[in-house]
Amino acid sequence: MSSIGTGYDLSVTTFSPDGRVFQIEYAAKAVDNSGTVVGIKCKDGIVIGVEKLIASKMMLPGSNRRIHSVHRHSGMGVAGLAADGRQIVARAKSEAHNYESTYGEPIPIKELADRVASYVHLCTLYWWLRPFGSGVILGGYDRDGPQLYMVEPSGVSYRYFGAAIGKGRQAAKTEIEKLKLSELTCRQGVIEVAKIIYGVHDEAKDKTFELEMSWVCDESNRQHQKVPEALLEEAKAAAKAALEEMDAD
Amino acid sequence: MDRDATADVNAPHSMGTTIIGVTYNGGVILGADSRTSTGLYVANRASDKITQLTDNVYICRSGSAADSQIVSDYVRYFLHQHTIQLGQPATVKVAANLVRLLSYNNKNMLQTGIIVGGWDKYEGGKIYGIPLGGTILEQPFAIGGSGSSYLYGFFDQAWKEGMTKDEAEQLVVKAVSLAIARDGASGGVVRTVTINNEGVTRNFYPGDQLPLWHEEVEAHNSLLDILNASSPEPMST
Repeated sequence: MSSIGTGYDLSVTTFSPDGRVFQIEYAAKAVDNSGTVVGIKCKDGIVIGVEKLIASKMMLPGSNRRIHSVHRHSGMGVAGLAADGRQIVARAKSEAHNYESTYGEPIPIKELADRVASYVHLCTLYWWLRPFGSGVILGGYDRDGPQLYMVEPSGVSYRYFGAAIGKGRQAAKTEIEKLKLSELTCRQGVIEVAKIIYGVHDEAKDKTFELEMSWVCDESNRQHQKVPEALLEEAKAAAKAALEEMDAD
Repeated sequence: MDRDATADVNAPHSMGTTIIGVTYNGGVILGADSRTSTGLYVANRASDKITQLTDNVYICRSGSAADSQIVSDYVRYFLHQHTIQLGQPATVKVAANLVRLLSYNNKNMLQTGIIVGGWDKYEGGKIYGIPLGGTILEQPFAIGGSGSSYLYGFFDQAWKEGMTKDEAEQLVVKAVSLAIARDGASGGVVRTVTINNEGVTRNFYPGDQLPLWHEEVEAHNSLLDILNASSPEPMST
């Protein structure tokens, strides 16, 4: 685990003697403590799923959305501080819009990821700004096919076949690695993501959660949208069944 | 004929022009005449109106020479940066969109009609016409410049979808030469640029080798050649 950077962790513009910027690492902790976000790239599209921990029974189901559409062809699942995440989404929407206004075509997902990552990184360079306390999983479908990117609070962005952030990321990544992603369609991927999220949710430690899922694939006409109600219910049922099977062992 | 024949050599250079862009089965062919006029004076009789923006996108320029050059310089610069950022060649659509943003946003100051043509791996060969006000229109073929007025009917009859490269080239050369015959502001040679997945090829058709149309007179050598003739007698009875 990481050490406490006594004295070198007061500002994001201070390096520690061993070359670390502790403020950025602390920002990453905010992401690590939030509900799990999972994203996978199937052969015909992307599926994003979020373990939305419910803080209070008084909240309306479906509120506090964690997955947002950035453009017709792309969306992001957000982990960490919700307000920070909303800012990242707003910036991504703005970049996507500006690109299309200038160049006359939808922003390539790689370009979008680069811009979001640059923006997140920007906020780690000045002492009068703090780093974003949220990471995002960005999925989209452009003319080069479906692509999945993850942007961390440090501003680092990589392209993935499967990615997970938040509390249950270790267990989720292990589960994702078991999947044969190149053979899965998104329809099947939705079921798998639901199973993974139900699987990594810790009943003992955390309160109840709501499963939020979206996809962008051939079946959705390459538009980013919430997974259709019927399929979502099917996925939840399959996930619950899988859990019971595990418990029964 | 009785008019005062002194041309205003200080008038802005304008390319009367005939410019054409056609798509064919596999790419595009851009064609143009080569006359740049300053009023009645032909400032450049062998100009190159087909200008490169990137390896795979070229434009035909018409109207004010200065305006069209500036627009193409800006767009070349933006496209260069865009290509670096993207990590791969820009698409024809993006190039055309950048041209029309400049044309539209500066419509009060510019007077230039542009045809953007090229090839990219996503859409293949594409032609975009961007006339004076800054509209952008993707077309299977586009014509522009003063000489194009005489070609609308011709293309209505002669244009076909899915031509071969040679058919398309012949069509473009024939069309430019027809326009040159009728439009005083077009003339000189015919230049063509062919763009497809294999790359770019330039062709040149000298003015005196173009076919002759109705009532056109055969070209003959300059009478100045007599000065170089061996015989000292310029005229014989």
